[in-house]
Amino acid sequence: MSAEHSTPNTPPTVGDGANSGETELIHFDKVTKRFGTHTVLDALDMKVFAGKHVTLIGPSGSGKTTILRLMMTLLKPDEGTIKLGDRYLTHEEKGGKLVPASDRYSREIRKNIGMVFQQFNLFPNMKVLRNITEAPVHVLGLDKDAAEERARELLELVGLTAHLDKYPTQLSGGQQQRVAIARALAMRPQVLLLDEVTSALDPELVAGVLDLLRDIAHSTDITMLCVTHEMNFARDISDCVMMFDAGRVIEFGPPEQIFTEPENERTREFLSAVL
Amino acid sequence: MSDITWGLWELLLKGVWITVQLTVYSAALAAVVAFGIGLARTHPRWIVRFLSGAYFEVFRGTSALILMFWMFFVLPMGFGWQLAPMWAAVLTLGLTYGAYGSEVVRGAIAAVPAGQREAGIALSFSPAQQLRKVVLPQAWPGMVPPFNNLLIELLKGTALVSILGVGDIAFGASLVRNATAQSAPVYTIILVMYFVLAFALTRGMRAVERHAKAGVGQAPAKRSRLRSATGPAVTGTAARAEGEAR
Repeated sequence: MSAEHSTPNTPPTVGDGANSGETELIHFDKVTKRFGTHTVLDALDMKVFAGKHVTLIGPSGSGKTTILRLMMTLLKPDEGTIKLGDRYLTHEEKGGKLVPASDRYSREIRKNIGMVFQQFNLFPNMKVLRNITEAPVHVLGLDKDAAEERARELLELVGLTAHLDKYPTQLSGGQQQRVAIARALAMRPQVLLLDEVTSALDPELVAGVLDLLRDIAHSTDITMLCVTHEMNFARDISDCVMMFDAGRVIEFGPPEQIFTEPENERTREFLSAVL
Repeated sequence: MSDITWGLWELLLKGVWITVQLTVYSAALAAVVAFGIGLARTHPRWIVRFLSGAYFEVFRGTSALILMFWMFFVLPMGFGWQLAPMWAAVLTLGLTYGAYGSEVVRGAIAAVPAGQREAGIALSFSPAQQLRKVVLPQAWPGMVPPFNNLLIELLKGTALVSILGVGDIAFGASLVRNATAQSAPVYTIILVMYFVLAFALTRGMRAVERHAKAGVGQAPAKRSRLRSATGPAVTGTAARAEGEAR
């Protein structure tokens, strides 16, 4: 990193635990991820307290989505550790030593994390209602009736009650994405990861999905990590915006600061290109 | 054709029944092998992939006819017991067509988008649950048409068993030909018989395919999709209200 960049002196920390009951939920400790010789994330340190909403911005290939995928255990870090609360997500302790987590262990921890994908990834072989109830019933062991009741409430929240008996292919992109949001929420996650959730939508369907996410951000205490190019949305929901470039956080802060008076030249360039 | 007496017709019809049985038993064994080997070939452990890959290559690369002779004539020398010709044939056809089928299973599983597996992981499904609930149901519709091809190949392949003296259609035909000393009528008749059986299988598999596609929301009726694609633009909370209204 060259000197003219105003790099943060302290690792990004979102929330300070000053409010009672606020606990550190996500902790990246020197996380490095490489694809071949290309370093996507370079010794990333990051702390997010429970209930905070963090938006990750930056040019494509800067490592934003990699953070979400590491968090969801879709990728494994090459170096460093990630903790969720006081438990490791990427590693487990065996005989006093940290070893890479087994699939069974990761599965247990990641029940607390939900993810909404750019391409929705609804299960086309299940109708809308079953898309939402399947994991609560078969992973959390919820009673089927209870899961269905919860799914109906969530479908009401996302405005799709009339579509519960349809297959995903019978819905528009925006509707599918709202079902995907309901599906993620049905697991009652502590952390919700949003990976460019409106990028694959027709322009006229974007606002509906963003409105729904604003509702969720303002009415729940779910911690959110969000990768988006919708800067107005980021401004509305975020406690913190982190600007990534070349695998590092080059600037972070409250949205009003980042969007109105960014300090870093790269941030300014990026924002003038997207705003 | 008038030379073919009722007794000879009976011989042919019994042959049809044997051919149907051979097809059904071999197909059942082939299906088990196809899924077993096909899934093993996508296994995370290399040794499982290696062994199942070796099975696939060996059975794909050997002649079914020679393998059948081997099962019938060589196996008894090693093990001291003799398979009935019918079962030697079922074993041969099942293992061989199962190897071909494993390629269909492997390919169809590989064709399920990676995002589906990722969604399964994000919902904390176990690997077995992902396979059972997400991957296989989506791979299945893609397997049906190539399975139909293999099934028809298998039906026609059953004619090999006549060499071992199993009384299938082809065996019946050779008896009738000997009895009447005429080749043209009887071989024309059994040509039609195989075609009718194959056609019946195809119709059956089409029904299976329709059912499989309906199971992933690809039912023939696509009206609602068209409507939402061409309907009025909806934005904001209106989109959700519209969702309610429908």
